[in-house]
Amino acid sequence: MMRVFKQRETLLALAIVLMTLGIAGRFPGFVAPNNLANVFNDTAPLMILVIGQMIVILTKCIDLSMAATLALCGMVAALLNGAGVPLALILAAAVALGAALGAINGLLVWKVGIPSIVVTLGTMTIYRGTVFLLTNGKWINAHEMTPAFKALPRGVILGLPVMSWIALALIGAFAVVLTRTPLGRAFYAVGGNPHAAVYAGLDVGRTQAAAFVISGALAGLVGYLWVARYAVAYVDIAGGFELDVVAACVIGGISIAGGAGTVVGAVLGALFLGVIKNALPVIGISPFWQMAISGSAILLAVAFNAGRGRAAGRLILREEQRT
Amino acid sequence: MSREIPDRLQSRMARVWRSWEALLLAVFIVVFIANSFASPYFLNAWNLSDATFNFTEKALIAFAMAMLIVAGEIDLSVASIIALASTAMGLVMMAGFGTPVIVAAGLATGLVCGAVNGALVAGLGLPSIVVTIGTMSLFRGISFIVLGDKAFNGYPADFAYFGQGYVFWVISFELALFAVCALGYTLLLHRTSFGRTVFAIGNNPTAALFSGIRVARVRFILFLLTGVMSGLAAVCLTSRLGSTRPSIATGWELDVVTMVVLGGVNILGGAGSILGVVLAAFIMGLVTFGFGLLNVPGIVMSIFMGLLLIGVIALPRLVRGRAKGR
Amino acid sequence: MHPVLSLRGISKSFPGVKALSDVQLDLYPGQVTALIGENGAGKSTIVKVLTGIYQPDAGQILLGGAPVQFASADAAAGAGVTAIHQETVLFDDLSVAENIWLGHAPRGRFGLIDRAAMRAGAVRLLDSIGSTLNPDQRLRNLGIAQRHMVAIARALSVEARVVIMDEPTAALSHKEIHELYALIETLKAQGKAILFISHKFDEIFRIADRYTVFRDGAFVGQGRVAEATEGQLVQLMVGRSVDQIFPERVHSVGEPVLTVAGYSHPTEFADISFTLHRGEILGFYGLVGAGRSEVMQALFGITQPSRGACRIDGEVRVLRSTADAIAAGIVYVPEDRGRQGAVKGMAVFQNVTLPSLARTSRAGFLRMAEELALTRAYTGRLDLRAASLDQDVGLLSGGNQQKVVIAKWLATRPRVIILDEPTKGIDIGSKAAVHAFMADLAAEGLAVIMVSSELPEVLGMSDRVIVMREGRIVAEVSGEAMTPETLVRAAAGIAEAA
Repeated sequence: MMRVFKQRETLLALAIVLMTLGIAGRFPGFVAPNNLANVFNDTAPLMILVIGQMIVILTKCIDLSMAATLALCGMVAALLNGAGVPLALILAAAVALGAALGAINGLLVWKVGIPSIVVTLGTMTIYRGTVFLLTNGKWINAHEMTPAFKALPRGVILGLPVMSWIALALIGAFAVVLTRTPLGRAFYAVGGNPHAAVYAGLDVGRTQAAAFVISGALAGLVGYLWVARYAVAYVDIAGGFELDVVAACVIGGISIAGGAGTVVGAVLGALFLGVIKNALPVIGISPFWQMAISGSAILLAVAFNAGRGRAAGRLILREEQRT
Repeated sequence: MSREIPDRLQSRMARVWRSWEALLLAVFIVVFIANSFASPYFLNAWNLSDATFNFTEKALIAFAMAMLIVAGEIDLSVASIIALASTAMGLVMMAGFGTPVIVAAGLATGLVCGAVNGALVAGLGLPSIVVTIGTMSLFRGISFIVLGDKAFNGYPADFAYFGQGYVFWVISFELALFAVCALGYTLLLHRTSFGRTVFAIGNNPTAALFSGIRVARVRFILFLLTGVMSGLAAVCLTSRLGSTRPSIATGWELDVVTMVVLGGVNILGGAGSILGVVLAAFIMGLVTFGFGLLNVPGIVMSIFMGLLLIGVIALPRLVRGRAKGR
Repeated sequence: MHPVLSLRGISKSFPGVKALSDVQLDLYPGQVTALIGENGAGKSTIVKVLTGIYQPDAGQILLGGAPVQFASADAAAGAGVTAIHQETVLFDDLSVAENIWLGHAPRGRFGLIDRAAMRAGAVRLLDSIGSTLNPDQRLRNLGIAQRHMVAIARALSVEARVVIMDEPTAALSHKEIHELYALIETLKAQGKAILFISHKFDEIFRIADRYTVFRDGAFVGQGRVAEATEGQLVQLMVGRSVDQIFPERVHSVGEPVLTVAGYSHPTEFADISFTLHRGEILGFYGLVGAGRSEVMQALFGITQPSRGACRIDGEVRVLRSTADAIAAGIVYVPEDRGRQGAVKGMAVFQNVTLPSLARTSRAGFLRMAEELALTRAYTGRLDLRAASLDQDVGLLSGGNQQKVVIAKWLATRPRVIILDEPTKGIDIGSKAAVHAFMADLAAEGLAVIMVSSELPEVLGMSDRVIVMREGRIVAEVSGEAMTPETLVRAAAGIAEAA
């Protein structure tokens, strides 16, 4: 029982619950089921992206191109919609394009051996720029989208929008993938000790490339969801969002050094940021505070992580001899 | 019993010829020639001088960032430091202080921000990429809290000199400052014992510690330098724009890192030169300027910059990989 | 009897180095074959060839007489060749069970990993080697010996016909080594062929049935251990006979230089007190993990003692950092050369002058001529072999890297030099050079501390020996009392025989 409490996921969940209750104490409306569903749905894109980023970080890489991939796939989805392509195909195309863009990142890391931070720094501007090339900077607005295109993420099943259900399904699926499949364990092994992974018969580069493909595919999916939900597509969609995603991972206890972290932790990290973002207007604090608060949360989280990592060490003296 | 070991094997010339800097110089010349053919307005001293404004401020930060990356760290908060420093300058200006105090406020804010990063990274031993992602939000977040959607305007007339003044003929204050800093950082990184310890830490921090180097202190100083240079860039940028908004210099951290990496600094630490960064700054400036003359939108330039970054780094690796394969 | 696995004419080259040329090796079922050779003889390379990490440039691998190819680590494991590697190639953030089964975990429904089967399998494997480790524990929390058990269990988790053990006893205590011997007997009884790589002759004669010797990447001989003598094997290894390994020393011990009183640390050592004299070589003997390196690192300012004092020439010095220690005249040649010693990626001269930059620079500016002169002065004395003084240290051999590290410290003109396992992992030729050099240093009046786990080295070089066990000094012996028996007994905590 003590072990469960020592886990950071439990602590983070506790922090989120306490925060929510604290707000509810003064603004009961915040915990109305309807509003909570809203908060969750609002955070759904971040939660999906965080899964992808987390897998990439597990393998000792980082994907800064996530938001740009999202924007490009979202724009392509909107354009395909304008061209009269059926929704199912659009969805498939967005995910496939995202996976392809992720594969470009992955191949550059795997086959060319460029550090991931450099690769994705470059592809981030390339992908974002491509959105501009596709449209010449024009916006695609709600009236240019078909009703079916816009309806999918907003449809409500059992009180929760479809977008939330998609997020929940992906969280569940990836929790299983990471803990119960060879590929999932390979992500941990490759990031935790790349040298040893070779001895265990794992291909480090290929595993990293696989992580980028997953991250890209998820960004592609979110690209469609984002554009459909907000019913607008433009070059700067989700600009700078890649850093929110990394921030959520850090808060969720994903070790930036690779090899450690859980899906639940990462998702809770996203939820933490989501609750703060949605709570600020409710409790009457200017939304301009949000950035500073999430910055402080990142710093606290990383300091907290480091504090517990240091405890382990080699002990030579016997128990009774220690002073 | 000891055989004589030569001091060095390759001559200096052979080294220079095969260096990254030589490759960058070639790219620079190609870009320059392409530009002068592409636009009749390019080969004009005043136009070229104007072109320098789009990289000098970023380059100021890039020099310090290059040292930080050589030491195996990174600072993603630099653009946010600009925002906070600019906000501090605005506050001081609104309080009625003159140019000297405004400049001092900008530099001091940079120094404090650098000290915060340095204390968290060097003092507490936290990973710099995460810390500075955090302070990136924190510093700019404070600017947003202070300014919201408003802006500071009305800086004194003499304050405009830093971003708009000229030292001599077409040499702007910013260009002169860039030259002085380039020289200063070249000496600091390549000619001083401090610079040597930076390389040692970047190559092997543990061995550096075991060689009696005060690793934490050196890291702290590097973050201070990066902070001050960001403050300096904030002075120039604020002076050039004549106003402060919390969104000032958004995304610059990535431009600065791109400049450093394009300049041949190893993102994993341990290798790099200030000369490379200087050349990278000129290349980025020229490309931006040349595209500007051709009315190519900024975002398309950024595609080119991204391709350049990946291409220039991938090319030598691919060639070497092919050679090894044989 | 036919060998299970045979290598014929295997060659492997790396840029600039011929690591293996035309070597052969035979492994027989139910027998232990010892692979003997100096460092750089090609032993690690052959292990990597056998486990599919490297592909040979030429030659054949015969498994049960039929030629096979191991294209990857998976392929080798699939063919029943498994290895306990020298480095701990395990994963800190995975559980014991996951470490054992990574890459070939049992699968259940939908192709998902069957965790119950994985746990049960881990318990069974650990049980078979006499370990009671909890399979759910994270590896991060385990000690060296426990990790080793996990590595062994991992090696046995595949249906193995051939088990390779690459210096398996290097990190183990006395008791654990005996448990390992018992395990090897079990494996032999099961008919597995074992390749045993070791530097320790006593253990080769104890457990090996056959031997194969490599020298400089070439095969030089093989045979039955029972028909060989230690002298013959050494001669095969080095290609010449070695009679006098340790240099003659003039034992002239001067006044005290370093006095340590009551040094203690919350978890690593307690009540460490000793005195070191001018011109003395003081040996620190003990098992791996006895806390010797930890004491030395505290004296070098890496960690701070919770209690105790250190005096140099009678003056109390507080050592808060390595810079403090160097200023006080204490320098440390670490055991972990790759991580703590040489700065690979930097030139020889840049390594040597690193702690002496204040002397070779003026007003903070480097003076290259001074740096090269200083480097030349000290590397020349050590007979460094390098292409040039601006060559990358990472390109030098282990022995020459060690010389660069020693030169770096001598250039600071220290009072006390601490050498932590100075000859670990370097070839016999370089070993002799390091030993001769230590004797010279002591003769010149330097005070030397030598931490070593090699009994002959400790006995051959030291004026006096301090033995540590579990973080405490348990014996201090000199002169006639310095016998192998006293040291081993003290280190292992065995009571004096009546």
